[in-house]
Amino acid sequence: MTSLATGTTTGTSTVEHLDRGPLSMDELAEVIARDIPEGSFVNLGIGQPTKIADHLPAELGVVLHTENGMLGMGPAAHGDDVDADLTNAGKVPVTELPGASYFHHADSFAMMRGGHLDVCVLGAYQVAGNGDLANWHTGKPGAIPAVGGAMDLAIGAKDVFVMMGLFGKDGSAKLVPACTYPLTGVGCVSRVYTDHGVFEVGGDEVVVTTTWGISVDELRERLDVPLAVLGG
Amino acid sequence: MARTQLMETADEAVAGIEDGSTVLVGGFGLAGMPFDLIDALIRQGAKDLTIVANNAGNGEVGLAALLKAGRVRKVLCSFPRQVDSYVFDELYLAGKVELEVVPQGNLAERMRAAGAGIGAFYSPTAVGTPLAEGKETRTIDGRDYLLEYPIRGDYALISAHHADGMGNLVYRKTARNFGPVMATAATTTIAQVSEVVPTGALDPEAVVTPSIYVDRVVAVEARHYTVQGAR
Repeated sequence: MTSLATGTTTGTSTVEHLDRGPLSMDELAEVIARDIPEGSFVNLGIGQPTKIADHLPAELGVVLHTENGMLGMGPAAHGDDVDADLTNAGKVPVTELPGASYFHHADSFAMMRGGHLDVCVLGAYQVAGNGDLANWHTGKPGAIPAVGGAMDLAIGAKDVFVMMGLFGKDGSAKLVPACTYPLTGVGCVSRVYTDHGVFEVGGDEVVVTTTWGISVDELRERLDVPLAVLGG
Repeated sequence: MARTQLMETADEAVAGIEDGSTVLVGGFGLAGMPFDLIDALIRQGAKDLTIVANNAGNGEVGLAALLKAGRVRKVLCSFPRQVDSYVFDELYLAGKVELEVVPQGNLAERMRAAGAGIGAFYSPTAVGTPLAEGKETRTIDGRDYLLEYPIRGDYALISAHHADGMGNLVYRKTARNFGPVMATAATTTIAQVSEVVPTGALDPEAVVTPSIYVDRVVAVEARHYTVQGAR
């Protein structure tokens, strides 16, 4: 599937993939999985990021952390394998892999806050060009705030990636100059994976490294964030 | 009376919990929720409780049942809003229960600090967010931190897998979650377990919560629920 290839050389021609439409979330999960380093310790946030696990080959040796107290989490459990004592952070029954370990919550967040996790992939409402993240609260009147481990995850892992659709249902961009939703973390995101493209954030400029089904010029029209192009 | 007491029933185990108590309640969703102790607490009648837990109840069992019974004045938790938290949602939106949202890691560490005799600590979590409001900030080695204070309980209600006759506890899988931390952070820690095994039957190397943290233990038949609609 060369159409999913991430541009790694130079210039708009290798960054843009205009021979296809935007990626589905499953395809995006596959792209992210390919960028997870071999042997790393990874936390996949609730929602879309959990799909990434389906695309991590066993031989990559990635160990999944779930903040409710486990390393070595396996796939979702079904049928007789469901054990109410074994769930992921989304409270979905899961399985354990050989070499798994269990620990209490203070230890689980200590290993997160202490910088021991290599990668965390989170969903988001908005990400700002400077790496600010908003993913816990819409701030709407009547909305019940619920943060869970989002703020701990945002500042904990060595690399924090975001996986999201680039545009909301109303067409508004979710990669923004400054978050308007309440912040989860400041300057914590390093890379944003979206259905329309991948962006390096948190540095001096936002760099688009690949696009799917949209040109860089069109992105520049639809985003209020100035874009540099990888190698461009 | 430092040694762990083995109680005959969950009702005996929760005797004496006063109105207005702060109660730490173990569990993550429904995994590790001390269902029998909470049901006994509902029968016991204590009210105006402040509950410290990760969630604010699922379905109508456990913590949700306590909320539904109208015994809870305030919930301090990380993640109240869930697919099946309708009991809490209704009470909160009607103004019948207070809510304080605490990031999950800070929640755990604040209880750990209470149990470990730490006066306060600096955490990088929530810096620059609305949850930092009113908190003292300090820059250490170029990084910003918030001052976080311990959370102590009058009581902790937790669920473990097995206890031995001394009150040492072992847990099962991710049902461990907050149990070992809460056990250290309350004046009186009450544990329900599926079995009390003879003293000496637990491998001392594998004990997770040493008996010094456990005040009362009761054996009950394990009940298991999964969160409906979780995905």
